[in-house]
Formats: sequence, C-alpha cells, structure tokens
Amino acid sequence: MRRPGIRQRRLIGRVLLYLALAFFAVLYIYPFLLDIGTAFKTEADAAGHPLNPFPQHWVLTAFRELEQEDFLRWLANSVVVTVFVTLGRVLFDSMAGYALARLRFRGRGGLFAAIIAVMAVPGVVLLIPTFLVLKELNLFNTYPGMILPLMTDAAGVFIMRQFFLSVHPSIEEAAKIDGAGIFRTFWSVVLPMARPQLMTLTILSFQGSWNNFSTVLVAHESPSLDTLTTGVGRLVSGQLGAGSQYPLQLAAALAMTIPVAIVFFVFQKYILRTGEGAVKE
Amino acid sequence: MSKVRRQETAAAWLMSAPVIALLVVFLVAPIVMAAWVSISDWTGIGSPFSGGVHAVGLKNYGALLTTPGLPQQQLGQSLRNNLYYVILVVPIQTALALGLAVIVSRQRLAGRGFFRTAYYFPSITSSVAVSILFLYIFGTTGVINAIIGNLGAHGPNWFDDPNGVLHMVLSGLGVTSAPSAMANHGFLGVSWWDWLAGPSVAMVAVIALAIWTTSGTFMLIFLPAIYAIPGDLTEAAIMDGANAWQRFRRVTLPMLRPTLFLVLTLGLIGTWQVFDQIYLITQGNPAGTTLTPAFLSYLTSFGNQQWGQGAAIAFILFAIIVVLTIVQRMIISERRADRAS
Repeated sequence: MRRPGIRQRRLIGRVLLYLALAFFAVLYIYPFLLDIGTAFKTEADAAGHPLNPFPQHWVLTAFRELEQEDFLRWLANSVVVTVFVTLGRVLFDSMAGYALARLRFRGRGGLFAAIIAVMAVPGVVLLIPTFLVLKELNLFNTYPGMILPLMTDAAGVFIMRQFFLSVHPSIEEAAKIDGAGIFRTFWSVVLPMARPQLMTLTILSFQGSWNNFSTVLVAHESPSLDTLTTGVGRLVSGQLGAGSQYPLQLAAALAMTIPVAIVFFVFQKYILRTGEGAVKE
Repeated sequence: MSKVRRQETAAAWLMSAPVIALLVVFLVAPIVMAAWVSISDWTGIGSPFSGGVHAVGLKNYGALLTTPGLPQQQLGQSLRNNLYYVILVVPIQTALALGLAVIVSRQRLAGRGFFRTAYYFPSITSSVAVSILFLYIFGTTGVINAIIGNLGAHGPNWFDDPNGVLHMVLSGLGVTSAPSAMANHGFLGVSWWDWLAGPSVAMVAVIALAIWTTSGTFMLIFLPAIYAIPGDLTEAAIMDGANAWQRFRRVTLPMLRPTLFLVLTLGLIGTWQVFDQIYLITQGNPAGTTLTPAFLSYLTSFGNQQWGQGAAIAFILFAIIVVLTIVQRMIISERRADRAS
C-alpha cells in the first residue's frame, strides 16, 4: 500500500482551506444579506422565515415608516456632524503634525509627550466629563457641542507627524530657497505629498463620526438634533423598541450602512492597505 | 534667539493651537471637572461649581467599593459581567483574527480580496446597525433559534435569559444550589457563587456580537506584520521539511509576537469599555447580567442623577484600564529584558 501522495494531501489541504474560508465568509456576509432582504419583508414574513433572505412579497412598508420617523432629518444631522468633524480633523491634525515633525521650537518634546498621553485616555470614560463641560460652556444640545468633542483627536496628529518625519528635508530646503515661507511650504509643497495619509485620516474620521453613538448621545437631548445613530438607536431601545418591528429596524440599519459601505468600497485600497506591495508576487 | 528661529517657534505654536485648544477644552478640562464631581454632592442641577455644591471626600467611592448596598452590588455585578466578557472576547477574537489573517495572506489564494473584504466589512458598520442585526439574529423568532429549531432543539429567549452559563453547566452536573460557604461570602456585594455564574445567556449573545464585529479589525492589524516576515525564513522552514502547522508555530507566531501583544492590549482596553451594544440591546437587563461599568456609570448619572457616583464609576473603570495597560507593558518589557540577557 502506498501512502497518499504529496499531491493528494495538498489537494485535501486546499479543499479544507477553502471550506474554512467559505464557512467564515458565510458567517460574515449572510447576516448582511438577511438584513437587506428582511428590510423589504412584512413583519409576519420576517418572523416566520428568518433564515430566508428573499421576501415572499417585496414591500416598502419599512422604508415608508422610516421616513415618518424623521429619518431624513437624522441623515442631514449626520452629514453636518461628519463633514465638520472630518474637515476639522484633517486640517488641524496635519497642521499640528507638521509642527511637531518639522519645526524646531522649545516645548516640542513636551507637547508630543502630552499628545501621546492623551491618546491613552479611554473614550468611554469621557462620556460624563464631556456632558459636564458642554453644559458649562452652554454648548449642550447644539451642533458645535456635538461636533467639537468628536473633532478632538490625538491619533490623527500622530499619524500625520509620522508621515512628515519621513519627508526628505531637501524638499523644504528647495521651497525655502525659492522664497516660500513656513506656511506656504507646508500648504503648497509638503501637504500635497501626504495625499495617502490625508485619505486615510479622512476615511478614519468619516467612519468614526458617522458611526459614533455615545458622544453624540451625551451631547444633546432634543430629538431634532438626533443623528442617524442616536435616532435609529431610539427606534431600537426607546418607546418603540418592542422587538416586533424587525423590518423597520433592519431597514434603518441598512440605510445608515450604505454611505460607509460606499466609502469603503471606493477607497478599499486605502483601508485594506496592508504592506502587501512590498512583497514580490 | 535669531529671527528665523523666533518665526519658526511662533508658526509652530500657531499651527498646533487648534489641536491644543481642543484637547484642553474637551479632554483635560472635562476630566478635571468629572474628578471634582466624583468627590462632590452635585445633583445635576445648576453648575457643579456653584456655591451649593460641597466636597464630600471619598464618600462616592466608598459607597461603591466599601459600603454594602445597592451601588456596591451593582458595581460588583457589572465588573463580574464585564470580566467574563473580556475573558471570552479577547482570546477568541485574537485567535480568529490571527487565523483569518494567516489564511488570507497566502500568496496563491483565489478570491483573496473578496475574503478579506468579507471579513473586514463588519468592522466599518456602526454599533447601532450591528446591534439591530444581532437583536434580529438572536431574537426569539430569529435566525439562531430557527437553526436550533431545524436541529430539533429549542433555542432560549436569548436577550431575556439571565441564567449564567457556568451555573447551567453545574446544574447539568447536579449542582443546583450553592455551598453555603460560597453563598454567604462574597466580594463587592456579590456572593462567590454568583461570581462563578459565568456570562448569562444574554451576555453570550453580546459576546458573539463583539467577536463578530472586531475580529476583522484585528485581522487588518495582523496582515502587514505577516507580510513583513522575510520570505526566506519561511522558505528555509519549508526546506527543513516543516509542515504548515510547524511553520506557523515556529516561524510565524514568534515573528508576530509584538503585533500579538498590540492586539491583546487593544482588545483588553476596548472590551472594558463596552457601552453602545449594552445601551442599545439590553440596557443592562435581564436581572443586571449585562450591566457593564461603562453603562452603569451612564445609568447612575444620566438615569438616576447620582452624578458623583456615576463619575466615580468612570474613574474606577479608568483605573482598571490604566492598571491593565501598565501590567501588560511590564510583561512585555520583562520578556524583552529576558531575551536581551
């Protein structure tokens, strides 16, 4: 008797590998398929056939109800918060990152150490403190009150600083010789070189603020300021949250995921950047 | 100081000013304020700095840590719940993330991009959307129970079931009540028997959610580290006749040690902060078995207007996270020192 050949064993190994991959892919994708399908189901259909992603009859009831629930207002608020937070973070983080990487000034080491220390503060510990300071500054229940705490970001400063450290000084020297001042050099020469990092930072801030629930939660109380997360969150845990409204809730989950999904698929190469390029294929 | 240097200094502070202002106003100042509130008798009315608010020393902390009563018992319960959450989520999500990363990093793999996207996608979805999904999946008439039903068994009412998993195992073995030594003594207002309850059925569903959502995130941290392993190292192992498992055990894993520690640290810090899912799915119910310190802190202050106690819980949580981070740093540096010597 011959032992199974190396080829056969390889084949078995491959089959097992793909089976495992497929199993996990189903585990990660199927819930989303169910989400999409159930959003178009009737409530009875959703409760009766939970495993079937295809509705018996496609209905738009859930989406109509969602519109009744002020969904468009939440969407607008989410857009406002996300746009301002992202613009602020990208601009301020790159400015501070550049100063910390490239300009020589007294206190630079201390400032950098402070920013690193601040990065270590766990976000959830800040819920009560954020509420307290917003109240004290009369910013509670206002747009700035929802935007500014989310704009506060030390990690982005760190990312930008690391990039600017890697820029060769000769480029700035050349700009200086051409008569450009510090701000001009930063804005027109060095910053454009940071496009991939700026993209990463933009995506991170977009995702972080679009998906943020807890900070927005403690920054406002009036329903007219609800963003998608807190508005939809109210649908789930609030007065209406009596389990049986699966199509409505899943339609809300679907609708709020679409923008991040688009950003994700368009900018995948920035998000799933894993250093693979360094390996020769 | 030369003119150029002065200009540079001015520009530097100017460019850092927005970030510094934001960090001071929305991070440092809030923490200082909350520290004051945690040692005060502020009731949420007016400013905590107004004349009617008094310092009460460590009374709030005492009520939570040393004085028997409801606050202490709730804190003890929330710590127990979160501890089981951490013990289950951190190792499983790390192992899953590492396994997925090792597989999708293979050079010859059809559909590599697809699998990577599939595993990562839950990570970009908001906690609200994922919570809704899991409310549906683990609902009484939901997906999991439908699968269990197809197998001929009866699924639990997941989010309404406060029974501890370890207690259920014990009762399966015939141990239905606590030995009196364990029932009558305890820690932080929770009897030793209840400390050993294990995560409740409801918490198990929340744990599943956490693992499902974050394993893709950590897969993405492992991937660059795997690609950074020099190819000749793996080739040499193949030449020596090492099989896939041996290569993983002897080459990949040791090379990934720093990343592994990073992932464990991030996991540990993250899991002690679980808030959104609790707020959205269970609000700490059933029977307080999904209370976590983060949610309890919110509930105590925003819900019951016990601001001093709520803030004190936040600082106790802060302390737990800081201590764990320091301990982990110490373990890492000790290992480094071992290897250096």
